[in-house]
Amino acid sequence: MSAMIQIKNLRKEFGPIVAVDGVSFDTPKGEVLGFLGPNGAGKSTTMKMVTGFLPPTAGTAVVCGHDVLKDPIAVKASLGYLPEGAPLYGDMTPEGLYKFIAQVRGIPRPRRASAIDRVKSLVKLEGVMRQPIETLSKGYKRRVGLGQAILHDPPVLLLDEPTDGLDPNQKHDVRRLINEMAQEKAIILSTHILEEVDAVCTRAIVIARGRIVADGTPAELQARSVRHNAVRLRVRASADAVESELKQIATVAGVEREASANGVARCLVLAKPGAVIAGDVAGRVRAKGWAVEELVVEPGRLDDVFRDLTMSPSAGSRS
Amino acid sequence: MRGLVAVIKRELVSYFITPVAYVFIVIFLAMNGVFTFNIGGFYERGLADLEPFFSFHPWMYLFLIPAISMRLWAEERRVGTVELLLTLPISTWSAALGKYLAAWIFAGIALALTVPVWITVNWLGEPDNGVILASYVGSFLMAGAFLAIGACVSAATKSQVIAFVVSVVICFLFLAAGLPAVTDFFSGWAPDIVIDTVTSFSFLAHFDAITKGVIDVRDLVFFASLAGAALAANVLIIEQRKVA
Ligand SMILES: Nc1ncnc2c1ncn2[C@@H]1O[C@H](COP(=O)(O)OP(=O)(O)OP(=O)(O)O)[C@@H](O)[C@H]1O
Ligand SMILES: [Mg+2]
Repeated sequence: MSAMIQIKNLRKEFGPIVAVDGVSFDTPKGEVLGFLGPNGAGKSTTMKMVTGFLPPTAGTAVVCGHDVLKDPIAVKASLGYLPEGAPLYGDMTPEGLYKFIAQVRGIPRPRRASAIDRVKSLVKLEGVMRQPIETLSKGYKRRVGLGQAILHDPPVLLLDEPTDGLDPNQKHDVRRLINEMAQEKAIILSTHILEEVDAVCTRAIVIARGRIVADGTPAELQARSVRHNAVRLRVRASADAVESELKQIATVAGVEREASANGVARCLVLAKPGAVIAGDVAGRVRAKGWAVEELVVEPGRLDDVFRDLTMSPSAGSRS
Repeated sequence: MRGLVAVIKRELVSYFITPVAYVFIVIFLAMNGVFTFNIGGFYERGLADLEPFFSFHPWMYLFLIPAISMRLWAEERRVGTVELLLTLPISTWSAALGKYLAAWIFAGIALALTVPVWITVNWLGEPDNGVILASYVGSFLMAGAFLAIGACVSAATKSQVIAFVVSVVICFLFLAAGLPAVTDFFSGWAPDIVIDTVTSFSFLAHFDAITKGVIDVRDLVFFASLAGAALAANVLIIEQRKVA
């Protein structure tokens, strides 16, 4: 399956500011791509260029075979877009807005009502369809915006922070909705919620200062964490003894001590890169005869990786 | 095409779901009444015509049309809905034309609501209905030209207040171009061609010509090309500065 979204060396300058600095990647059908990066990294700007809203300074994007520079209307027709902050016409009702979008998007008249009904139940707008949008709560507005993006069931979805402002139940529902749609579409979503990447994304791209600094599956990114394969340990022993004993294991990189109490030592045993230490740690603990209260292998934390990737001085630096 | 129709419909509906339309229409009709019957001396003149009624239109439009046009783009840009609108599969042209036509239709509705005045003069006397019809056409065209200027200005800013003030100033220049004060300023030292060029841009001159009852192609072309040029500028401005 060829890529439904091809981003080719996109670059955007706002005067002296380089917002996006040569970003390229492809997104095939079935992929949910999480677009991560600190504030101001260039996520929204990249999306705006893909949708044809902003003209790139250089590079281009191809959506479903249409080049956004040559045929922006075809690109716009094949994608659904939730802009950052979900801007909406406040004086309209969700129903009025959806009728307008359906008409502009050329959904044939007989199918409009059913398309609107479908979206109404997908994003749970029952009961507010006739209320002016400006009187809706923030989360409802976001849902109205999301509904607008999927009204025409587009093959490509670009969602800029789709779960921002939603309550935990709604976040869950929206993620499930994205998962359900994922098979048939190529989806790019930006987010600051790293657990969301785990929950919905099949691939994550981290950008910093306009450049891609990491690209992989969420598991691959987690594996870059210093805590990847670390062992969280709670045993009945003195913390000093535990630390000095475990440090002797060849594959252990270090031991981070956490608060100990009542003769129970708690620590995080870090693995050397690529090493699997759970067996060795467990063996040593057993050999010492310490009573184990907890022994868990950590998959690694995306936030650590995120911080490493985006805070290090070399991250995305322009040379 | 379907995009254009959808935009016109959405815009028109939005005039009427907010108080904007009603406030505007009431003020428009009230001002027409005051100007025509009190200040214009409608009864005192003892003539069954609508000349005083139409002669105030340019000056009313000077303030009322920018009040309609100021929100056309400035509000979309401030709220960010311009991003929603322009990522729909329609050209910037259709979006701009749709907004403009909706505003013009709205102005037309307000103008149409003054028809009772027309009926009144027919009841009072025997006016030249041809002249009145031509004057209505002229008034509608002039409103369209004012609107195109206002829409273009609105596209350049996020602030409705700035859009209003700047539109009033530009529209005033187009009105004033034909006033004696302006032509006097030029006459005597500037070559005739300059004076002619300046006065040829005067809304008043073209409007007065039409309200005499003669719809000259040149006057139509003037208003149409002015509106067309302003719309083209409108599209360019939108494409240039969508966000900043
Ligand atoms: N219209 C504009 N004019 C000038 N600079 C801009 C404009 N839009 C964005 N920028 C700059 O471009 C950079 C990237 O912004 P962008 O909105 O793409 O970041 P982001 O990754 O979406 O951030 P966030 O997580 O805060 O949404 C920022 O430095 C921003 O200040
Ligand atoms: Mg953003």
